[in-house]
Amino acid sequence: MLEVRELSKRFGGIQAVNTASLDVYENEIVALLGPNGAGKTTLFAAIAGFVRPDSGNVRLAGRDITSLPPHVICARGLVRTFQIVQPFGALTVRENIAVGAHLHHASRRQALARAEDVAEKVGLGPRLNQPAATLTVAGRKRLELARALATDPKLLLLDEVMAGLNPMEVSEIVPVIQAIRGSGVTILLIEHVMQAVVSLAERAYVLNNGRIIASGTTAEIASDPQVIEAYLGHGAAARVQSRLEARHAP
Amino acid sequence: MVNFSLLLPAVLNGVTTGAIYALIALGLTLIYGVLHIINFAHGSLLMLALYAAFFLYTLAGIDPYVAVLILVPAFFVLGYGLQRFVIQPTSHGRDENILLVTLGLAIIIDNLALWLWTSTTRTIDTWYAFEVVDLGFAFIPLPKVIAFFGALAFAALLWALITFTDLGRAIRAVARERDGARLVGIRVEHVYAMTFGIGTAAVAAAACFLLPTFYVTPQVGYAFVLVAFTTVVLGGMGSFVGALSAGLLLGIVESLGGLYLGESLGQLGIFVIFILILLFRPMGLFGARA
Amino acid sequence: MTAKITGAVLLALLFCVPFAVQSEFWLSFWLLVLMYAFLGQAWNVLGGYGGQFSFGHALFFGIGAFGTAILQVRHGLNAYAAGAIAIALGAIVGCAVGLLVFRYRLRGAYFALVTLAFAEVARILISSFDYTGSGFGMLVPLARGAANFQFEDRRIFYVIAWTLVVIGALIAWWLENSRFGARLMAVRENEDAAQALGINLIRTKVFAITLSGAMAATVGVFYVQNFLFVDSHLAFGPAMSIEALLVSIIGGMGTMFGPLFGAVVLHALGEAAKQVTGNAPGLNLAFYGLLLILALRFLPNGITGLLSRRMARRSSERAHA
Repeated sequence: MLEVRELSKRFGGIQAVNTASLDVYENEIVALLGPNGAGKTTLFAAIAGFVRPDSGNVRLAGRDITSLPPHVICARGLVRTFQIVQPFGALTVRENIAVGAHLHHASRRQALARAEDVAEKVGLGPRLNQPAATLTVAGRKRLELARALATDPKLLLLDEVMAGLNPMEVSEIVPVIQAIRGSGVTILLIEHVMQAVVSLAERAYVLNNGRIIASGTTAEIASDPQVIEAYLGHGAAARVQSRLEARHAP
Repeated sequence: MVNFSLLLPAVLNGVTTGAIYALIALGLTLIYGVLHIINFAHGSLLMLALYAAFFLYTLAGIDPYVAVLILVPAFFVLGYGLQRFVIQPTSHGRDENILLVTLGLAIIIDNLALWLWTSTTRTIDTWYAFEVVDLGFAFIPLPKVIAFFGALAFAALLWALITFTDLGRAIRAVARERDGARLVGIRVEHVYAMTFGIGTAAVAAAACFLLPTFYVTPQVGYAFVLVAFTTVVLGGMGSFVGALSAGLLLGIVESLGGLYLGESLGQLGIFVIFILILLFRPMGLFGARA
Repeated sequence: MTAKITGAVLLALLFCVPFAVQSEFWLSFWLLVLMYAFLGQAWNVLGGYGGQFSFGHALFFGIGAFGTAILQVRHGLNAYAAGAIAIALGAIVGCAVGLLVFRYRLRGAYFALVTLAFAEVARILISSFDYTGSGFGMLVPLARGAANFQFEDRRIFYVIAWTLVVIGALIAWWLENSRFGARLMAVRENEDAAQALGINLIRTKVFAITLSGAMAATVGVFYVQNFLFVDSHLAFGPAMSIEALLVSIIGGMGTMFGPLFGAVVLHALGEAAKQVTGNAPGLNLAFYGLLLILALRFLPNGITGLLSRRMARRSSERAHA
């Protein structure tokens, strides 16, 4: 579904993304992990057309989308959400979602109806008439998700959908995302909340300092020394290893 | 077509006018650089200062160059008050609102002036008005020479203020990182108001230098707004050097435009440059790429 | 909802004016109010619904006014043909300005300044050539008759203005209930999110400014037919640009009847102020400036916002009763 090859992006003196490559196959849920500042959001932005990569290319369902503007990429079926939520504040929840629905529905009535359906799916049903600006963080995250969903995407790029949610809210949203995948959508998500990653994603890529340093199943990733070092620092892998050995020592 | 005996004086004339444009623009770019607001009322405040200088001369006999000492502090206070008590509370922090508030102020000031002082053109006749400085290859009116050096001196003073004083440091801190500045104890609202005050004071100084060779009507403010903005945008929003160079450049362009195209069409040059800059190089000559 | 009902009632009342009012003065007064209401609606399409604040809407008004005047006076065109062409010109210029300016996603303030600059350039150009009347303006020759779009009876002009305001309200209604309008408002609220949902920013904004330009040009055409005179300062000067934005802001940006409420309140207050202070030049505009600041301070959603709030409060009181 999605092929990213050797993508690089530099901002001034910083190489934000360095020859990153990844694949996401149809109907998978894949996680993109990495410490803060690793370049994950930049990679998303480059894939979705908000930022022009310096080199490399991106293919969606076999077609090159590398330098296309974001709205065209969206029409092709790739939608992203934003790490810092961007609601249409003055519009109601229903109207917000309807904007997404309008991608494929010209009629206002149809778009509004579709918006109501999607709102139910993500649990925003009771809030349809509220102005988006009055939603809580959790509500805004769901709105972000709902809007993207309303465009009938083939591939969904979710940027830290769980950030700022308490554990109960997280456990409420996980099944929603699973249901979305169940309806045929492919998902690539950036996430820090490990509980969510483990229960949602089959595979993961780890980004550090702009480079992909590991990829594989979530279990493989979790025990990869390079990944541990990326998150916990130099020498951490050895320390963890010796700790584990000490615990298992007779 | 290129007649040097006409061209050179026109260029010199433009340079002296340009210095004043630069001073006006400095105030505006300072306000933008720190508060990130486009001060629509800048031209109106200039007009107000011109009237103030005019009345100081005609009613109290105070020469404009002396009036600088009175008007600069007075307008500093005015600017401080406007920002602290009108603009800040009204805008609720939103960008578009700030633009509209300053527009509202401009409308009020421009039209109160029209009501109070009518649209009669006012000029002053100082003893030095017709003195000229002989450069050998050209003559320049003395007031314009004084204006040129006066504007540069004031600009240098401003630069020194920003670079060497505590206030200047605070201003630079707020300009770069407002929340961080607040965290280290800088009173941001106060700095905002001080900056606006300084910008307004700069405009008052420019007015004093401008009056001897110019005139004042209530419409003058509106005319200067776009010139000031063109200067700031051309130079790069927030750039000191930019405002200076752009001011001089525009002064020359206007002078040459007037020479070749006549008075009314000559003004076009500035607006056309403004539009072109905004469309093709909005960061200006010296500004950072956004 | 209250706002909409109030607006409809107001429109109905205004329709009665030519039949109920005998005074020439008041007929002209309300005629101007309606005219400014439609001009404000033109601004509202781009600024209120679209979030792009134009400080130079006089540009389009002037194109409509001078377009029709020049075509009639210099080229002998029929008033209707001249008017239609002038309106088309307003649309074309709107489109051109939009294509030029929206390419770069300039910050809001820059857009305001550019529109101001365009209006000033137009003003200077128009006042510099004899073909366009130079400093004196243009007079359209008196030729009463429906064929010339000039009417002996002022009340016919009034009804036309009233119809324009109704059309304006319908356009606003369309914006609030169509895909284009939803996209326009999304662009206003958040450009990045809008793009991520498939909206073409430039196309949306350009369409809005084209529509806005055509509407403002229509007011210009109407003005010339009614007053048979226009000059560069009137057509392209700041007063018209200020009217256009002020009525929307005071009445409520991005609302259907905002411009109408704003026009009524602004001019009613202005008229009242004139009674008190005499017809001093400048004072009424200064008053407008004051109203602008007061509205921004206390009524950020304009009069429409005020009406909606009262409704919301009353319904919550009922709920708690």
